Amino acid sequence: MMNRNNVSYVDAISEATAQEMAYDPSVIVFGLDVDDHKAIQGTTKGLLAKFGPDRVFGTPLSEDAMTGAAIGMAMCGLRPIHVHIRMDFMMLAMNQLVNIAAKTHYMYGGQIRLPMVVRSMIGKSWGQGAQHSQGLYSFFMHVPGLKVVAPTTPFDAKGCLISAIRDNNPVVYVEHRILHFQKGPVPEELYEVGPGKARITAAGSDITLVGISHMQIECLRAKHYLQEKGINAEVIDPIWLSPLDVDTIAASVRKTGHLLVVDNDWATCGASAEIMAAVTERLQGEMRFTVHRMGFANTSCPPTPSLEYLFYPNGRTVAAKAFDILKGSAQNWLPNERPDLKEIEFRGPF
Amino acid sequence: MIAKFYESLYRIRRVEEEVAKVYPTDKIKSPVHLSIGQEAVAVGVCEALQPEDIVFITYRSHAAYLAKGGNLKAMIAELYGKVTGSAKGKGGSMHLVDVANGIMGASAVVGTTIANSIGYAYGVKLKRQNNIVVCFFGDGATDEGVFYESMNFAALKKLPIIFICENNGYAIHTAQAKRQSVPDIAAKAAVFGMPIERLGDDVLHLYERISAAVETLRSGGTGPFFFECETYRWKEHVGPSEDYNAGYRAKTEAEPWMQQDQVQKFAMMLDPQQRQQIEQAVEIEIAEAFEFAENSPFPPDAELYDGVFA
Repeated sequence: MMNRNNVSYVDAISEATAQEMAYDPSVIVFGLDVDDHKAIQGTTKGLLAKFGPDRVFGTPLSEDAMTGAAIGMAMCGLRPIHVHIRMDFMMLAMNQLVNIAAKTHYMYGGQIRLPMVVRSMIGKSWGQGAQHSQGLYSFFMHVPGLKVVAPTTPFDAKGCLISAIRDNNPVVYVEHRILHFQKGPVPEELYEVGPGKARITAAGSDITLVGISHMQIECLRAKHYLQEKGINAEVIDPIWLSPLDVDTIAASVRKTGHLLVVDNDWATCGASAEIMAAVTERLQGEMRFTVHRMGFANTSCPPTPSLEYLFYPNGRTVAAKAFDILKGSAQNWLPNERPDLKEIEFRGPF
Repeated sequence: MIAKFYESLYRIRRVEEEVAKVYPTDKIKSPVHLSIGQEAVAVGVCEALQPEDIVFITYRSHAAYLAKGGNLKAMIAELYGKVTGSAKGKGGSMHLVDVANGIMGASAVVGTTIANSIGYAYGVKLKRQNNIVVCFFGDGATDEGVFYESMNFAALKKLPIIFICENNGYAIHTAQAKRQSVPDIAAKAAVFGMPIERLGDDVLHLYERISAAVETLRSGGTGPFFFECETYRWKEHVGPSEDYNAGYRAKTEAEPWMQQDQVQKFAMMLDPQQRQQIEQAVEIEIAEAFEFAENSPFPPDAELYDGVFA
């Protein structure tokens, strides 16, 4: 028996998929290697045996046409889940997602709806390098007609995937390779974690930390480090990036007076920029507050461990930034790394 | 059959002539890519289909839309940007759609609907439906990478789909020979292991050959089928005028096509009285459609934000 309090993110995804496929015969899964022995890090494990090769199939390396095919399947009444083993490959699907999927319902006057999910994962560490590490969700947040979700916990991984599958619109579902190793409570039954609701993952009063995707974990680590200095940070996981729950974030900043968004992406024109702008629009004139952000170094991602470490924000650098915001940078504080707050060791190759 | 074909041909020709006539008044604020000269392919193909069959069309698809049974009033209203249009004024001439009549939409980004059509055909096969899918695209679409990816997948999965390449020789103003190292589109499709056939714009021959493919698919045979249909665009790429003086093509190139005009050919095959009856009925229908568009309201302001999500 599976310990329901210790379910992995990977198992949460495969379970949600299998349950939805059993529940609804129109749900199908495809993408390069979804049906091979590795089963996309295990996220599609067991599906082929259970549902057969017509509903679970590997595809040619044709991201453009396969994305277009997902759209056509949705037009025909199916609920396709198209899987990319890295988000970087979605650049080859941009035309179909932006020009067709996002616009179909509106451009055809409501005659057609497109229930479809595009799953992909962001890589990190073990030399993922420039083209296996990108968190490009802001591209999709920009376009009306697409929903974007980036769950952090196994609980949300399952609930958001079920919501995404049942949604009658195209949903870009963003995973993170490191989050795949997260474990936590996941109910066995089907449940939804629906669009447009953020989650306060740790209550606090001094500063609001918004962490996106894997950076949610780093923000929770930062909260622990900040406690050493008597700082009580509130941490928020937006979960759904589009539609974005500005209410929950703005309410927190109303309380703390300081916002630090930590993104799993570059800052320029990214989700962090959008969240800062939305909160500022909401609160300006009402009170004094400050907005700040962190993200990838403004470079391509270097694979060598020494430079890669510098490329990403981490719990310690997030804590240091929050400390600077509240206390000024003159003290130049950077916490010592605590073994219990170290990143889980990830060994490659993928 | 001749009368039915003539009605469809004549109706498409006359609708587009009316569109071209109205266009300079700016009542139609939507870029129109007229099919005048290319009606034969649309009619020959669509006459071989049933109402429940599905077509994916292109931005130059007034002809295919009408030939497949698309609602004429909704089409003209859509060109006028009226709320009674096929997409409530949110699609325009380049994005005609009529799901009730199996018309699953048109894209202005060339080639993109090819990929959508194979996905639809996969769904038809998975759900064991008996209808078939037809995808129209031009020679320009075969320059795109998505064409090759889609041919491969369709052939790999033996999908119940018929590809119709309407080869009018030009992508906007650039001739096929200036774009393609091997200007033989059917040969490229053949590489993927599907039956190919090269056709002209003889409506009856088109009808016969497409019907044979339809029959194969309908009776459980496997697809896909590929037809390259040579045709010719009489008007400019976009807009109501001719452009034989623009320098990229000569009128002499168009003349053989005009001499074998299928609309005229079918007109001559009918007795004058029957012909007159058909034409009168079509003229009344067209007049009504334009009147309907003229008299329909523009969408209310609230429509702007309606339908971003389903």
